[in-house]
Amino acid sequence: MSSLPPFVLFFVGAVLVGFTRGAARKALVLAIPAVGGVMLWVGAGADVAANGAQQYLTLELLGYTLTPFRADKLSLLFGYLFHLAAFLGFVYALHLGDGTPDGSVAGDVGEEDIVGNARAGLQHVAAMLYAGSALGAVFAGDFITLFVFWELLAITSVFLIWARDSERSYATGFRYLIIHVVSGVLLLSGALMLAHETGSVEFGHVGLEGNGWAGWILLVSFGIKAGFPLAHNWITEAYPESTPTGTVFLSAFTTKVAVYALARGFAGAEPLILIGTAMTFFPIFFAVLENDLRRVLGYSMINQIGFMVAGIGIGTAMAVNGAVAHAFADVIFKGLLFMSMGAVMTMTGRTKGTDLGGLYKTMPVTATLCIMGAAAISAFPLFSAFVTKSMIMVAAIEEHHYVVWLFMLFASAGVLEHAGIKIPFFSFFAHDSGIRAKEPPKNMLVAMSIGAVLCVLIGAFPAAFYTLLPFEMDYHPYDLRHVVTQLQLLTFGALGFVTLVRTGVYPDEKRAVHIDAEILYRKLGPWVVKTVGGTVGRADAFVRASVMEFVRSTLGLVARAHGQMGPLARSWPAGSMVLWVALLLSAYLLFYLS
Amino acid sequence: MSENLPALLIVVPLILAPVAALVGRRDLSWAVAAAACWWAFGAALALLRRVQAEGVIRYELGGWAPPIGIEYRVDLASAFVALIVATIGAVTVVYARTSIAQEITEDRAPLFYAAYILCLTGLMGIAITGDVFNVFVFLEISSLSAYALIALGHDRRALTAAYQYLIMGSVGATFIVIGIGLMYVMTGTLNMVDLAERLPAVADNRTIPVAFAFLTVGVTLKLALFPLHLWLPNAYTYAPSAVTAFMASTATKVSVYLLLRFFFTVFGFDFAWVGMELHRVLMPLSVVAILAMSLVAIYQTNVKRLLAFSSVAQIGYMMLGISFGSVLGVTAGILHLFNHALMKGALFMAMGCVMYRVGSVSTDRMAGLGKAMPWTMAAFVLAGLSLIGVPLTVGFVSKWYLVQAALEQGQWAVAGVVMVGSLMALVYIWKVVEVAYFGEPDPDHELREAPLGLLVPTWILVIASFWFGIDATTTAEVATAAAETLLRGLP
Repeated sequence: MSSLPPFVLFFVGAVLVGFTRGAARKALVLAIPAVGGVMLWVGAGADVAANGAQQYLTLELLGYTLTPFRADKLSLLFGYLFHLAAFLGFVYALHLGDGTPDGSVAGDVGEEDIVGNARAGLQHVAAMLYAGSALGAVFAGDFITLFVFWELLAITSVFLIWARDSERSYATGFRYLIIHVVSGVLLLSGALMLAHETGSVEFGHVGLEGNGWAGWILLVSFGIKAGFPLAHNWITEAYPESTPTGTVFLSAFTTKVAVYALARGFAGAEPLILIGTAMTFFPIFFAVLENDLRRVLGYSMINQIGFMVAGIGIGTAMAVNGAVAHAFADVIFKGLLFMSMGAVMTMTGRTKGTDLGGLYKTMPVTATLCIMGAAAISAFPLFSAFVTKSMIMVAAIEEHHYVVWLFMLFASAGVLEHAGIKIPFFSFFAHDSGIRAKEPPKNMLVAMSIGAVLCVLIGAFPAAFYTLLPFEMDYHPYDLRHVVTQLQLLTFGALGFVTLVRTGVYPDEKRAVHIDAEILYRKLGPWVVKTVGGTVGRADAFVRASVMEFVRSTLGLVARAHGQMGPLARSWPAGSMVLWVALLLSAYLLFYLS
Repeated sequence: MSENLPALLIVVPLILAPVAALVGRRDLSWAVAAAACWWAFGAALALLRRVQAEGVIRYELGGWAPPIGIEYRVDLASAFVALIVATIGAVTVVYARTSIAQEITEDRAPLFYAAYILCLTGLMGIAITGDVFNVFVFLEISSLSAYALIALGHDRRALTAAYQYLIMGSVGATFIVIGIGLMYVMTGTLNMVDLAERLPAVADNRTIPVAFAFLTVGVTLKLALFPLHLWLPNAYTYAPSAVTAFMASTATKVSVYLLLRFFFTVFGFDFAWVGMELHRVLMPLSVVAILAMSLVAIYQTNVKRLLAFSSVAQIGYMMLGISFGSVLGVTAGILHLFNHALMKGALFMAMGCVMYRVGSVSTDRMAGLGKAMPWTMAAFVLAGLSLIGVPLTVGFVSKWYLVQAALEQGQWAVAGVVMVGSLMALVYIWKVVEVAYFGEPDPDHELREAPLGLLVPTWILVIASFWFGIDATTTAEVATAAAETLLRGLP
C-alpha cells in the first residue's frame, strides 16, 4: 500500500467527487486529503525517518527509469504541506453549491463583481486534480514524471480561474495556460538536453555548471512557475480573477511546487540570490499602488517567494531549510489572508480597497483572523514567519551577503506595510463604506481558524516543526537580539502609520487607496515610490510597447505568408505544381551532378 | 498455405476486388471488402511474426527464379509497413460501412469498395515486393484506385482535387519509372538485391545520379514532402471521410517506405548519404515542412484541411528522422510512420463523425460540439494530444526518439524545431477545442452523438494511440530492428 503514489488517491477521488452530490461530496472532499495525509505520515513518512530516502515505484519507459514515487525529507515536507493545504482549502470551499450568499449585499453587481460561487462540482473536481498534480510533482523522481504533473498543474488549475464565469476570467485563464504550457515545454527541452548529457532523467541536483544550456533552460522553466521578475505577471493577473475559494487553492500549490523544484535542482545557484532579492522588494512598489486587495496579496506572494528563492540561492543547510520552512509557513498564512479576502468577497461582492472599509463592526471574527494572518506574514514574534524567514536572513549574514540582507530587511518592512497593515486596514477599518455584511459561512470561519492556529503553533513551538526540515541544523529563533530587532522593525513601521493617522496627515478617506498609500510611503521613504516606481513603470511600458510592436509586425508577416489565402496555403493550379516538380528536378540534377 | 503467405496476402484481396464490384449490392460488397481487409490484417500479422522468427522471407512468384521472375522479399521493415496498412484498412472498413452509406449512393458503393480493396492491395504490394518494376505496377494500382476513391467525395471540388492528384501522381510515377528504367539500362536487372549488387560498379556513370534525381523527385512527390505536397490538402479535404482517414494513414506512409527501400536497400547508405549527400536536401525541406505547414494549419478554418496541412508537417518529422541517416533517426522515422498513422487516422475519423452529423467540418459550424457530441470530440482531443506529443501518447514516443536522434548528431537547432512544431500543433488543436468546448452552440440545430459504427473504429485508434504510447517496447523494438537492417544494406 505504501508504494501507491499519493496523487492516485486524489485522482481517483476527483472522479468520485464528480459523481456525488450534497453531504456525500462534502465528506469525500474532506476525507481524501485527511486520509491521504495520514497514509503518507504512517507509510512513507515513517519509512523515510527510519531508513532514509526511498524509491517506491520504478517503471521503464524508452530505456529510462521513471520513479513516480520517490520520498525523502524534502519531498515529504511538501507532501504534508499539500495535504494540509488541500484539507484547509476544501473546508473553506465546503459551502459551494449550498446557495449561500453570493455578494448580494453589494447591490449593483457589475461584471467585475461576479463572485463565482457557482459551479461547485467543477471547482471541487478541478481542485482535487490540482492538489493531486502538485503531489505528483513533488514526489516525482525523474524529469518525465515531473513534466507530466507540471503540465497537469496548469491544465487542472485553469478551471479554477474559468469557474469565475466572466469574460475577463476566461481571457486571463487562457493567458495563464499559455504561460504555463511554455514553462512545461522548456522543462521538457531542458530535461532532454540533460538526459543527453548524463544519460539519465533522474531529477536531482542540476546546477548551472557543467551542463551547457540544460541548466539554464530548466531554471527559466522553474522560474516562470515561481514568478521570477518579468515572468511574475501571471500571478498578479490570475489570482484576483479566480473565485474566492479557487484563489486559496491557486496560492497554495503552483508556486510552491516551483520552490520545491528549485530547492531540489538549484540549491546554491548564485544567480538565485540576486533574483530572489529583486523579487523581495520590487513587488512592494506595485503592491502599495494597487487597489484590488487580492492583487495586493498576489504581489505579496511574489515578495515572499523572493525570500525563498534567495534562501535557495544561498544554498547552505540553514538557508535551504529556511526557504522550504518559509514555503510551508507561507502557504498557511498567505492562504489565511486569501481566505479572509475571499470571505469578504463572498459576503460583499467587493475586493477593492476603495469599496470596502468598516467591516470590523459586522465581521469581527473574520477581521481578527485576518489580523492574525497579517501578523504572521509580518513576522511578529510567536507567529510563523518569525521562525522561518529569519533562517534565511541569518544564513545571508553567515555567508556575508550583507547587501542582500539589507534589501531583505527593507523588504520585511515593506511586507508589514502592504500586507500586514494595508490588507486588514482597508477592508475592515479605514473609512466606513456603509456595507453591513454578515460573517461568512461557518466552514469558512473554521478553515480560517485552523490556519490562524497553525500560524501561532509553528511560531510558538518551532522546535517540533524544525524536525520535519530536510537538513540537520542548530538554530534557535528566540534569542534576545532577534526578538528585539524584529520588534523594533515592527514597532517603528507601525509607529509611522499611527503617527500619520493621529496628526491628521492621514488624508481624506475618499482618496484612501491610491493616494493615501502613496503619501504614507512618501513620509517613510520620500520620493522612492515616485521615482523608482515611475522609472520602472516607464521602462516597463517602453519594453512592452516595443515587444508588442515587434510581435505584431512579425505576426502580420506570418499571416500574409501562411494565412488562408497566403502563397503557402492556397490551392495551386496543376500547372504550378508541375513547375515545382521541374524546378526541383533541375535543382537535384545540378546538385547531384556537380 | 503458410509457405505461400506472401503471395496470398496480395492475391486474395486482388481476386475479391472484382467480386465486390460484381455483387452489386451495398451490404454484400461491404462484406466482401471487410473479408478482404480482415484477411489482409491476419495475413500481415502472421507475416510479421514469421519474419521476426525466421528472418527475411524470399518468395519466388510462380516458381520463377529471379532475376527473370518476380520475387517478393519480406524483411522487418516491409512486414511492419504492410501490417500498418492492413490494420488501418481493417479498422477503416468498419468505419466505412456507416460513413459511406451516407456519402455515396447505392449504385456506386460496390465500385467504391472494389477501389478500396485495390488501393489496399496496391499499398501492401509495394511494401512486400522485391522487384522495382513490380513496385511501379503496385504504385499505379494503388494510385489509380485512390484517384477514383477521392473523386467519389460528394463535394464537387473533390473532382478537381482528384484530377490534380491524378496529374501529380502520374508525374511522380513517371519519374519513378524513368529512374527505374535508367537503372535497368545500366545494370540489366529489376530485382532489388541484384540492383544493389551491381549498382556500385556503375555508380561513376552519370546515368546513375540522374536516375537517383528522378527517383528523389518522384518519391518525394508521392510522399508529399514540401514543396511537392501541393496535391495533398485538397485531396484530403474533399475526399469521403473514410477515404481521407485511410489515405492519410497509409498512402504517404508507404511512399516513405519506398524512399527507405530505394535509398537504403537499392542505392545503399554509402551512395545516397555519403556520395549524393541526400541529407543536405531532405533536412532543410523537412524543417521548412514542419514549421511552414504547421503555421499554415494554424490559420485554417476547415478542420479537414487543417489536419491535411498538419499531415504535411508530420511527414516533415518522418523525413527529418530519416535524413539523419543514423539508426536512431531512421528508427524515429519508422516509429512516427506507425504512430502518425494511428493518430491521424483517429483525428480524421473524428472529423468524419462531425461531417456525418453536422455536414461540415468548418470551425464556425463546430461551436459547442463538445456538449452535443462528447465522445467524438473527446476522441479528437485525445488523438490531438498525441499530435502535440504529450507523454503517454504515441506522439511523445516519436518526438522523443526524434529529439534524441537530433541531439546524437549535435543538431540542437533541429531539436528545437521539433519542440516548436509541437507548440504549433498545440495551437491548432486548441483552436478546435476552443470552438467545440467554449463556443456557444447554435440553438436551431439539434445535434446528436455520432452512431456507434463510426465511434467504435475511431476509439479503437485512439486507444491504440495510448496503448502504444504507454507500452512502446514492441513498436520501438521492431522499428529499431528494421532501421538496423535497412542501414546495414543487403547481406
